Amino acid sequence: MATLVYVEDHEGEPVKGSLGVLGKAAQLGDDVAAVLLGSGVEGLAEPVGRHGAARVLVGDDSALEAPLPQPRVDVLAKLVESEGFDTVLFGASVLAADVAAGLAARLDAGLNWDLVDLEVRDGELVGKRPALGDSVLVDVGWTGEPRLALIRSGTFEPVESGGSAEVTKIPVEVQDFSRQAVMVEQAHEESEGPSIEDADVIVAGGRGLGKPEGFSIVEDLAKALGGAVAATRAVVDAGWYPYASQVGQTGKTVSPKLYIACGISGAIQHKVGMQGSGTIVAINKDPNAPIFEYSDLAVVGDVNEVVPKLTELVKEKRGS
Amino acid sequence: MKVLVCVKEVPDASAPKRLDPQTFRLDRSVAGALNDFDTHAIEAALQVKEATGEGEVVALLMGPEKAADSLRKALAIGADRAIHVADESLGGSDLVATSKALAKALERESPELVVFGQQAGDSDGAVLWAAVADRVGLPVVSQAASLELADGKVRVKRQTEYGYDVIEAPLPCVVAVSDAINEPRYPSLKGIMGAKKKPQETLSLSDLGLSAEDAGEAGSRTRVLALADPPSRGESERIEDDGGTAAEKVVEYLSSRKLL
Ligand SMILES: Cc1cc2nc3c(=O)[nH]c(=O)nc-3n(C[C@H](O)[C@H](O)[C@H](O)COP(=O)(O)OP(=O)(O)OC[C@H]3O[C@@H](n4cnc5c(N)ncnc54)[C@H](O)[C@@H]3O)c2cc1C
Ligand SMILES: Nc1ncnc2c1ncn2[C@@H]1O[C@H](COP(=O)(O)O)[C@@H](O)[C@H]1O
Repeated sequence: MATLVYVEDHEGEPVKGSLGVLGKAAQLGDDVAAVLLGSGVEGLAEPVGRHGAARVLVGDDSALEAPLPQPRVDVLAKLVESEGFDTVLFGASVLAADVAAGLAARLDAGLNWDLVDLEVRDGELVGKRPALGDSVLVDVGWTGEPRLALIRSGTFEPVESGGSAEVTKIPVEVQDFSRQAVMVEQAHEESEGPSIEDADVIVAGGRGLGKPEGFSIVEDLAKALGGAVAATRAVVDAGWYPYASQVGQTGKTVSPKLYIACGISGAIQHKVGMQGSGTIVAINKDPNAPIFEYSDLAVVGDVNEVVPKLTELVKEKRGS
Repeated sequence: MKVLVCVKEVPDASAPKRLDPQTFRLDRSVAGALNDFDTHAIEAALQVKEATGEGEVVALLMGPEKAADSLRKALAIGADRAIHVADESLGGSDLVATSKALAKALERESPELVVFGQQAGDSDGAVLWAAVADRVGLPVVSQAASLELADGKVRVKRQTEYGYDVIEAPLPCVVAVSDAINEPRYPSLKGIMGAKKKPQETLSLSDLGLSAEDAGEAGSRTRVLALADPPSRGESERIEDDGGTAAEKVVEYLSSRKLL
């Protein structure tokens, strides 16, 4: 296997998810190259080399400065073809998903996404993909090369192997249409909020709370339990709650002892941020809500009925 | 402005979702419904058309014959016209094959704006737009939490792992919208009655200038090898809030596990 791992960077560092995938790739085969694409990213080759890459290919150009997908597709397509990589792996992210899918179209290459494991079986690469709301585990393969894969975020931890990589600069040629989308403002954190990562108890709210003011019942319950308040992307995007409170793929990863989800459907992108919680209680009025698939206690009911009552009972019980 | 919106039919939320153990394909014989995420895409498209005061919204769907019901729902909500890409040989298409067919259908229309939903509720890919955009050579912006149009450009605010980006792209372009971008309108009675009279076109593979090798399993580059049960999550309990007793049961549950 000639494997290429796309390593994303942020604020002068390779991102953890990419390094985790790199470590896994190195474990599966020896000829693993990593590719860094950006502006002023050459210095990142060294830490990438320490995490399992035998070679680091660096595309350094102002056209790659903003984290936008299409210029990256142009560079990767040329690279994969000229170097003959048969496998290209990505750690899932907003950027990587668009890069991987664009590359799949450009090269007519198969893309399997949301993988939680990779193995080589009888010389063939096989991916493990939980599908249909994680209700079935699917072994997926590819019918041609190159094989492209997006690994679910948080799947592999980076491992420092201590090696050093051979660093090569690669050409950067970008098509006109790929330059048309431009970044006007980047990675702006909307507002500060309390830290939720260390909380033992988290009460999280989603769109089922109905309106921004609906969060008050969640805040009351969190207060009664001495916990923190979290939110889904849907309500953060809608401006109901600050980004700092968001749990999930593009938010925080939390693992409290108790996670109470109120009016949250339970999308996989939310699940990846809270599945490590000790006990998961979900309150949702839809008996088919996907979150019930991975809750320890599923409460089918209206949050406006259940949550305030629960708060009162908790207060009585805890004598506060 | 001419806006094209890509929509999908997925199994209805209440229908059992399963992969066929023989074909490994999603069992699409169960009741279907318009992908919820795509109602936000339709709403975004309608708002753009309304803001510019002219043009049309065209709904494009690839799927089996019975998915025509979901296209009709898109028309009932407010799309002006529908295109259904339906062909026996399209079954089992993966990203490569699906994006190829949709790109061909899109090229026939040359819309100024193409809108996608956040994700298909069955495949959870959240990737198709980038593949289609690459095939038609248009700029793409995904995860749009807001979408504004001015001076022949779209301006999108979107969330990534690090906060919010603001991205601009000139028309024509492809935008995938998040499920928080708007509150989708419901079809009105008038909309439902009028849907049947709106223009609907069905396109086969040959209408798209594609052949059987481009579609279905032949045109796909991925495959399913085996199915298994996911790791067990251990015991789980379910309670219904009958007569308002749920809160008490939750407290009992938490107390018994020393979580209070
Ligand atoms: C690339 C990408 C990254 C993403 N990252 C994240 C992320 O980091 N975090 C995240 O959370 N999401 C993320 N998402 C979005 C995710 O896919 C879902 O769209 C989102 O989590 C849905 O939020 P929600 O559960 O609040 O809303 P909905 O899906 O709308 O669910 C609302 C739920 O409330 C229930 N409900 C309604 N009224 C009541 C009531 N009165 N009482 C009880 N229940 C009620 C409904 O039955 C429904 O299940 C991401 C998506 C993508 C594509
Ligand atoms: N078969 C299809 N026909 C038309 N549009 C589709 C189809 N499948 C997916 N889409 C669109 O692509 C978006 C993302 O789908 P996916 O990448 O499969 O999660 C959906 O929200 C739809 O807008």
